[in-house]
Amino acid sequence: MSNSLPAAPLAQPGNQRAPLTKKALTSDHPTWCPGCGDFAVLASFYRVLERLQYPQESIVTFAGIGCSSRFPYFVNTHGGHYLHGRSLPFAAGISLSRDDLHVFVFGGDGDGYSIGGNHLVHTARKNVNLTYVIMDNFVYGLTKKQTSPTSPIGFKSKTDPTGAMDQPINPMRTLLNSGATFIARSHATQVNHMIEMMERAARHKGFSVVEILSECVEFYEGAFDAANPRKGGAFPVIELKKNDGTPEDALRHDPADELAAYRLAHEAWPGKFGVFYEINRPTKNELEAGLVARTREKTKNANDLALLQSSFARLR
Amino acid sequence: MVSPNPQTAGSTPSATTGTSSSQTLPDAVIRLAGNSQDGIQTIGGFLARIAGRSDQDVMTYMTIPSTISGGPSIFQVRMGTGEILSEGDQTDFLVAFYQHSYEAHKSSLRDGGVLIYDSDNVKPDPTERRYTHVPVPITTNTIEAVGGTGKDKGKNMFVFGLIGRVFNLNIVKLHNLVRERFGGRSEDIVRNALMAVDAGYAHPVENLLGHLYRFEANDRAGRNPQVTLDGNTALAYGLIAAGVRYGAAYPITPWTSIMELLRSELPKYGGTFVQAEDELSAISMALGFAYSGHLAVTGSSGPGLSLKMEALGWAVMAEMPLIIINVQRGGPSTGLPTNEEQSDLMQAIYGSHGDAPRVVLAPKDVEDCFYIALEAGRIARAYSTPVIILTDQALATRIEAFDEPNLAKFMVEPKLDLTPRPADFKPYPLDRITHHAPPGTVMESGVYPTATGLEHDEMGHPTGNPALHQKMTAKRREKLKRLGEELPRPLIHGADEGDILLVSWGSTFGPVREASNRLNASGEATGHIHLRHLHPLPPGLERVFARYRQVFVVEINDQGLYGFGQLAMLLRARYANPAIRSITKSDGLGYKTREVVEGVHRLKGAASASVSAFPDDTHS
Ligand SMILES: Cc1ncc(C[n+]2csc(CCOP(=O)(O)OP(=O)(O)O)c2C)c(N)n1
Ligand code: SF4
Ligand SMILES: [Mg+2]
Repeated sequence: MSNSLPAAPLAQPGNQRAPLTKKALTSDHPTWCPGCGDFAVLASFYRVLERLQYPQESIVTFAGIGCSSRFPYFVNTHGGHYLHGRSLPFAAGISLSRDDLHVFVFGGDGDGYSIGGNHLVHTARKNVNLTYVIMDNFVYGLTKKQTSPTSPIGFKSKTDPTGAMDQPINPMRTLLNSGATFIARSHATQVNHMIEMMERAARHKGFSVVEILSECVEFYEGAFDAANPRKGGAFPVIELKKNDGTPEDALRHDPADELAAYRLAHEAWPGKFGVFYEINRPTKNELEAGLVARTREKTKNANDLALLQSSFARLR
Repeated sequence: MVSPNPQTAGSTPSATTGTSSSQTLPDAVIRLAGNSQDGIQTIGGFLARIAGRSDQDVMTYMTIPSTISGGPSIFQVRMGTGEILSEGDQTDFLVAFYQHSYEAHKSSLRDGGVLIYDSDNVKPDPTERRYTHVPVPITTNTIEAVGGTGKDKGKNMFVFGLIGRVFNLNIVKLHNLVRERFGGRSEDIVRNALMAVDAGYAHPVENLLGHLYRFEANDRAGRNPQVTLDGNTALAYGLIAAGVRYGAAYPITPWTSIMELLRSELPKYGGTFVQAEDELSAISMALGFAYSGHLAVTGSSGPGLSLKMEALGWAVMAEMPLIIINVQRGGPSTGLPTNEEQSDLMQAIYGSHGDAPRVVLAPKDVEDCFYIALEAGRIARAYSTPVIILTDQALATRIEAFDEPNLAKFMVEPKLDLTPRPADFKPYPLDRITHHAPPGTVMESGVYPTATGLEHDEMGHPTGNPALHQKMTAKRREKLKRLGEELPRPLIHGADEGDILLVSWGSTFGPVREASNRLNASGEATGHIHLRHLHPLPPGLERVFARYRQVFVVEINDQGLYGFGQLAMLLRARYANPAIRSITKSDGLGYKTREVVEGVHRLKGAASASVSAFPDDTHS
């Protein structure tokens, strides 16, 4: 993209390299409580990277602060642990300046919907090319059981000992409203479904989000049992349109249909799982690259020194 | 290169200026007072550019009207031959467009000064004898020159021509500026503007003045041609020269013009500047650029800098290079958003949480805005540290002429270093300065690094180990102490020992330097040092301070609860030297040279910690 930077090595699915395996991707042992839903998200993410086979050095995992945000320490790729709620703009900086990288951001419901809520909207609106995985446990885990923006009314936390009273946000509606171009929902007990959703999100060009219900066994046990078949719940999956002209197909979900996606978002708890929404819209990465290309054409690809010299000549 | 063009009047038919009765001036302060919609900014900008092109030195000063729709506004130009250090204490030539301009600004005229006024709008006090009255029917003459429509649009061009005549400026240069400025518009606009300029230039103003003026010739042999620009522009181009290709920010006056310029310039260089949703996002995105291996910038003014403080702490902990610009304005809160103040020094040095050492620099004038960006880039890269540049509203907007920088020499080529890191690579080595391996880099150990805001060991693993926190805190501190030792010692100007040393930082440089010159000229031996590096401080100051009986730090901020301005407080704490005292003020304006001189005189005889440039600022 830049005339002044050496071209970064492009991601070439590892020709002579050994395939990227879970073993190579495993880093520090996770510090989560035994039984925490986040373990399964991590295991699924390793499988996604095994499938995608990006060169290891081109993968970046970033996160904010929270139990879920410890994620990057457990993945052996370039990455980082940033501030509570601000990982999206940080990751946008990575994505926008380095088209050769694959950027993944992880975080919790407090990180994404509360302190980072404004960044979610604007990163989505700009359609920055990256994948965002939210591990929603309806509670603040790291700080030990305070009300989160997704805690249901009546949930007894340390900051609402008599039960939460504020209307929780509807994550899927919030994501749809943000302008994200790929939005899916999954459940941490459904490993294959998580893998499928995260892989689709990674392959999507633009800002993709996967909201995963991931149980905090320590502070909100059983929160998502209603969608866990092993706990007597149901895990209803969204069937996507095949455009095969059959009568059944008319009933299937068209992910480009925003209104239908809102209807899904408003279904009664526990609602459905799968791809709610997917469209193609130019990414900020493409738009900025286009601006650079047009500008460089106008300046006839002059080198940096000549460009600055001509700016100063105009100031004489 | 010197300009080959000595000023020649009378080079066009409309120019009838004689050269026989010209009085030569070293410099002149010209204040244009009108309404902002009269385009006085344009005249001021033109005069500054003319000065730059004529090898004169120049400094401008303007007030920005507080309402968007305009209102009373001034633009002041001081141009001349010597080094121009301040905007000038008094006005030599006042051009008043309206009665209110006259009323508000006549007191700025020095005794023996010149009042040029639009006799169609202004009725001056007939008994006033302090200065020369030059009535010019500016409105009528402009209408005569360009027709009725020109009345409001063309007056500024008429005045531009008139001033050109008063100072024997080269009419060809005046014409060139008009053509360059309006060239992109319709032929009519250019023609009308030229007619108005010529009409002003043809006005026989010497009949009322007695004579015309000209500036002393300036010998600039062997020097680069001058460029004429404001501080924010110089800073923005300095960043580009420093190799900055990426940045992010949120608009706020007076920072905004830097981000606007970078937004349009950086794509030429293959980079980008992103308008973020807020300052927290802006610094985060800039850190994302930095983490990715680029030298990046974010910037703001006072309140916005406060919003960046949490992320600044992360940059210190994770040891990320980053340039952060703060164009100071009057505070706290929204304060005086279009005024000058130096009250963010403590915020810049100590803002954020925890022990978070970072670098703070301040440019001394417009030219230095360019060079300070290079210095910030050098330090950020070499020491993997955030560097804050503290400029201010006055530097941001004022225009100065200076020698065009030798760009071929200073330009830094940005490099993205993705060379594979050897097996023994440590992201946070205790015995060396951290240099990150940006993503995309192959780690030969097979172990990939995590940049982190948690305290960490040498490999970047989080740790709560008390000994490691102690060691890592020391590592982050020691690298900046090392930088401090490597900095150049500030030069003493004037008396190199004796009674009084004046200390300045940032934009107080000019008036303090001028004040020290004035004091020395009147036999009061005075030294002056200027601090460009504020954190860490350069070496050798202790001994410099020890050579004077009294050390007066001059700054535009409040004396605070303990009687010292912000830098004075720091210097006292650092050097435990009771000779260090304060001259401060907070009227939202830069120092007049006279205010500094008077402050010195009052503080010299006083027992107090400080004096305010406004002696009656308390109700006692
Ligand atoms: C600026 C700031 N405010 C508050 C905190 C304290 N804090 C850390 S994590 C957290 C909430 C985490 O909740 P969530 O994002 O849902 O993550 P979880 O631990 O549940 O995975 C809070 C309030 C902080 N680290 N930084
Ligand atoms: S507190 Fe909850 S979210 Fe945090 S690790 Fe334990 S189970 Fe997981
Ligand atoms: Mg949570």
